[in-house]
Amino acid sequence: MKLKPTIALSAAGLLFNPATGDSFSANPVALEILGLLREDAAPEAAKTAVLARYEVEAHQLDKDWDDLVAQLRQHDLLDS
Amino acid sequence: MKLPYERPHIRKLTAGPPSKFGPRPGQQPVTELDGVPVTALAARYGSPLFVLSERQLRRNYQAAVRAFGTRYPQVQLAWSYKTNYLNAVCRVFHQEGAWAEVVSGFELEKALGNGVPGHQILFNGPGKRRADLLRAAEVDAVIHLDHADELHLLLELAAGLPQRPRVALRINLDAGTFPQWDRFGFNLENGQAWQAIERLAAAADRVELIGLHCHIGTFVLQPAAYGVAAGKLAALAQRCARELQAPIQYLDLGGGFPSTNTLKGAYLPGPDTVPPLDDYAEAITQALLGAGFRPDELPLLILEAGRVLVDDAGSLLGSVLATKRLADGRRATIVDFGVNLLFTSYWYDHLISPTRDYSPQTETTVLYGPLCMNIDVLREAVSLPLLAPGDLLVVHKVGAYNMSQWQQFITLRPNVVLIDMQGEVHVVREAETLAYLQQLEKVPGHLR
Ligand SMILES: Cc1ncc(COP(=O)(O)O)c(C=O)c1O
Repeated sequence: MKLKPTIALSAAGLLFNPATGDSFSANPVALEILGLLREDAAPEAAKTAVLARYEVEAHQLDKDWDDLVAQLRQHDLLDS
Repeated sequence: MKLPYERPHIRKLTAGPPSKFGPRPGQQPVTELDGVPVTALAARYGSPLFVLSERQLRRNYQAAVRAFGTRYPQVQLAWSYKTNYLNAVCRVFHQEGAWAEVVSGFELEKALGNGVPGHQILFNGPGKRRADLLRAAEVDAVIHLDHADELHLLLELAAGLPQRPRVALRINLDAGTFPQWDRFGFNLENGQAWQAIERLAAAADRVELIGLHCHIGTFVLQPAAYGVAAGKLAALAQRCARELQAPIQYLDLGGGFPSTNTLKGAYLPGPDTVPPLDDYAEAITQALLGAGFRPDELPLLILEAGRVLVDDAGSLLGSVLATKRLADGRRATIVDFGVNLLFTSYWYDHLISPTRDYSPQTETTVLYGPLCMNIDVLREAVSLPLLAPGDLLVVHKVGAYNMSQWQQFITLRPNVVLIDMQGEVHVVREAETLAYLQQLEKVPGHLR
């Protein structure tokens, strides 16, 4: 899973897609995950990092991960 | 220490001016109801849970008495039972001085059981049976006649009764509202009402006509319509006195005063658009005081307010069961209360509050109840924080009609609690059980 390389990501949680002109705001957990993906972290490694930093059970994160992927896909922000 | 978690979410930013209505009030967390933490309520009494505020019930009642009583010398409220006939609610209002307004035989018995003397019960409705009429006459309740068949049935029954039943006539009239409610009562403008009054006057040895009643609608947003209705009833009462020497003791203007809920599809929230009860009181009392009654003939003014007295005294506490995504990407949230409990979600866009702090990120979601039925939609689109399973929500202003029109369908009805003036919590209706549900069922022998 890879974010489109052209997507701009700001430290404040703003995403900008220059191809469409759409912008988005990400909440802190989404921003953290997107940052890790941007650095080419593998999904499992990104999840481990989130589990270490946030108060969340692995099964909950798994479900929410899939939901985030669906959101990224819906807004056409993923490479594949 | 780990950081608080919230499910990852991205929100598309749309260009356009910021909302002129400012931040949505629904986003403020509601952590307590009448001083009792919502988490404690859910832990002790379960979720979903209806929560009634005795303080708010009394406050509403007293405000209504003040609105009318400071403008007119003789005012009586009659609690409209069907709005919420849990005995605890009825008894709070009766303690405050309310009579009872009932529309069926069992409501009549409920009012008597709550200690209301028969002569302080007004019996409305189009569906009274012969036995209901006899029982009403026996306990001296006032029978509000709805149609000619009922009038003639009562005249027939009254011939065999020891004392004259007391009656009032339900009138429907053009108060300028649309649609005009003409299905209940006798029409004023086409002469039906006068014909019925003459019929009753001619049978004065058998029945006693003491009142005129109208109820022009529900959630009526035009105070002026009540002024028109009051003026017309007053003129009719004066005609009774003048032409038939039949003085009318009371004029009952019914209920229909709106609560501050937001009607579905309304552009602005209820609290910004609903006229205060004072405006209705002003319209009604001005019409009566200006109708030309001599001071000693001013009739008693009765009001059968329902929802305005109880709606904002009830809340529904419920929990998120799941969140999911629909085919088109919209968020859907499934909660543990549905249209089976929240009948009024067909009429209102209920205000729904989170019960704890969340990040400022919000999301528009469809709100579904737990029923396996397509109709079970509480809100088509509501902006809420990023909810997770187990999170508690409070639905506001659910006191009217839900606890009487709810259905035992697919799920069992939950506990109802009343928080008293001291902040003590009392169960006023226990959660239903399977045994309760099945106690009236019978299985034929060959199926045992
Ligand atoms: C005869 C009568 N009176 C009073 C009421 C109470 O109405 P509301 O809750 O709109 O005040 C009703 C409700 O339909 C009614 O039918």
